Amino acid sequence: MLKALVIDPGKCTGCKQCEMACSYENELEFNVSKSRIRVFDFHEQGKMVPYTCTQCAEAWCQQACPVNAITTDAMGVKNVNDNICVGCKVCTIACPFGTINYNASTGKVIKCDLCQGSPACAEACPTAAITYQDVEQAGFDKMKQWAALAGAGEQTGAKAPVAKH
Amino acid sequence: MGWTGKILRIDLTNRTVKSEATNKEWAQQYLGQRGLATKYLVEEIDAKVDPLSPENKLIFATGPLTGTAASTGGRYSVITKGPLTNAIACSNSGGYWGAELKFAGWDMVILEGKASSPVYITIFDDKAEIRDGGDIWGTSVWHTDEWIKKRHQDPMIHVSGIGIAGEKQVLYSAIVNDLHRAAGRSGVGAVMGSKNVKAIAVRGTGGTKVRDGKAFLAATAAGKKVLQGNGVTGQGLPTYGTQVLMNVINEAGAMPTRNSRDVQFEGAHDISAEAMATPRKTDGKPNLLTNQACFGCTIACGRISKIDETHFTIKNKPEYWKASGGLEYEAAWALGSNTGVKDLEALTYVNFICNEQGLDPISFGATVSAAMELYELGILTKDMTGGIDLKFGSAEALVQCVELTGKGEGFGKELGLGSARLTAKHGRPELSMASKGQEFPAYDGRGIQGIGLAYATSNRGGCHLRGYTISSEIFGIPEKTDPLSTVGKAGLVKAFQDATAAVDSSGLCVFTTFAWTLNDIAPQVDAAIEGGWTPERLVEMGERIWNMERQFNNRAGFTAKDDSLPPRFLKEAAKTGPAKGLVSGLDTMLPEYYALRGWTKDGVPTNETISRLGL
Repeated sequence: MLKALVIDPGKCTGCKQCEMACSYENELEFNVSKSRIRVFDFHEQGKMVPYTCTQCAEAWCQQACPVNAITTDAMGVKNVNDNICVGCKVCTIACPFGTINYNASTGKVIKCDLCQGSPACAEACPTAAITYQDVEQAGFDKMKQWAALAGAGEQTGAKAPVAKH
Repeated sequence: MGWTGKILRIDLTNRTVKSEATNKEWAQQYLGQRGLATKYLVEEIDAKVDPLSPENKLIFATGPLTGTAASTGGRYSVITKGPLTNAIACSNSGGYWGAELKFAGWDMVILEGKASSPVYITIFDDKAEIRDGGDIWGTSVWHTDEWIKKRHQDPMIHVSGIGIAGEKQVLYSAIVNDLHRAAGRSGVGAVMGSKNVKAIAVRGTGGTKVRDGKAFLAATAAGKKVLQGNGVTGQGLPTYGTQVLMNVINEAGAMPTRNSRDVQFEGAHDISAEAMATPRKTDGKPNLLTNQACFGCTIACGRISKIDETHFTIKNKPEYWKASGGLEYEAAWALGSNTGVKDLEALTYVNFICNEQGLDPISFGATVSAAMELYELGILTKDMTGGIDLKFGSAEALVQCVELTGKGEGFGKELGLGSARLTAKHGRPELSMASKGQEFPAYDGRGIQGIGLAYATSNRGGCHLRGYTISSEIFGIPEKTDPLSTVGKAGLVKAFQDATAAVDSSGLCVFTTFAWTLNDIAPQVDAAIEGGWTPERLVEMGERIWNMERQFNNRAGFTAKDDSLPPRFLKEAAKTGPAKGLVSGLDTMLPEYYALRGWTKDGVPTNETISRLGL
């Protein structure tokens, strides 16, 4: 079973515990500027949105890398091999989502590697805005909410899941 | 480890910046933030200094847990001598700015002297610069934030600064960071304005290390679990914010209303948390959009609100049709119940302006309330208010007042003096609901006896956050005491004051103490820094800080007679509710409090107390 980070921005409070957990896992210090996951604050809309690498099946970063420093493991995770990476940053141009970035202090690129199967961000999130789930069922919670509205609304008193706006 | 070990000292007069080592010996005695910065201040300034003169200093200070994964570990405090009170001032703020300062590599920033013209300061990691602020002087906090990010092409910068109110030295102007988090009280914004400093912009790319990573993660995870499992921090605050208090305090008969003439407000429900979450009749949307956390906070009590676009306050002002910081309990009370205004949308707008221009909503609302009483008595007239019909309950009058005070214009100049100076100017000083010149917050000292003593003895003037006995007297945390009784309240106030001084020095938010005791906090502090921090050591340090602040105030000229409440609380009984017929029992509580503190009957720490605490 492949697992993925599933992000529900509606639950995010902007506390940045995910960023701290990520940086501690990777850098052994609390340093949000080195976090592989970032929370963006769209304050005029009152929305906080965590965002990170989604481990594309066919990854642009991997295909663009001229030295084959990015490899795929059994869980589908795209890993940067620091001993091969030359810091050319071409992957940062190729990635359509901006989720692979250059780390000036090491001269290598950094990206989410799902912490070898137990993502620290999901563990740290106090509101379950970030969860680690079976990739094939990632949408089921949302589907269930809509299903309740479509089929069983009157009995359950279900409301549209987009409750915040 | 925990501390960065570096302090940034900025001499505005000579336009120099320098880095110096954090005094480690003092850090072991005073921890950080409130305690450590106060130690620096009392060592470096004369207690009798004019707060708005170049001789006063303004310190922005983090705690050892600021910028760590400890829940709520993002706080900073601003420490100075306050212009509203002439006493020690220490105002605490959340948001993201404090953690960013830590990530830039600094424990504290000390501002001294006065710039010859308006400036702003940038701190980009270890590089600090004083820059020309002419382009942003005369503009709001919100404009300044946007301008600085654009000017330096970095949206990740965090800005802490003042609006026009601070520039005009409104005596309760605030320092606001991240648009709507504020070091709100005692007029710290006016001190920044007096130094010609508009803002401090910070960007840090470093990290915070802790002494023992494994122990730290275990202690902070345990702490988070306690917060999550607690009814107040796990459910009440995230869902309702501090506004969870509105109906509770009103029912307790301790809701100061119309300048504390009444203790219950008939419109409380209209301005409560429940009202904020209920869809409006006009547009079908609720006032409250979502909750938001400050840096590192797993409680997330912050309110993000949107005002009804058709409301009279903003219908022709699209710039306010966006989400921003909504009403906390203190603001909803000060702007609402205390002025008799029950228009939730108007209160939200007034709160927006307090954030935009940097005003303390508590002192602002309480000053308007005192002015409304003067107006009702015919002492203030329409001629004197510039045409404002300053009646209790008038949302229109309140809105006019905030717009003028935020810019220090017209009748707003008078309101900007604060209630103590305003009422004294008109010969009725007893109508100011304040201690040491600072207005009381949202709890009446007749309906909740302990908080009256906490107000009277607070080192920064009338304040709930120096010793929040409401926890015990209303919520039963850590144990229930009778709010209508004075028995045991001296000890309760002292215990809360000392513990709070420790929390305020750590980098954590005092709201954690709805769930945490120092037994939860000590292991987190201890894992972050050297020193063997136990709950006992934290309490002792809190007491040391309290006495240090007290000694400063005594040197500044305060005496036992300043540990007082206005006559209204001592002579006019509560008219309704559980406290009906009661006045404050301050006279019985105060001598007991002095004795417990180890102070003379004149309120001065004895030599024995001073030497016991190593002062």
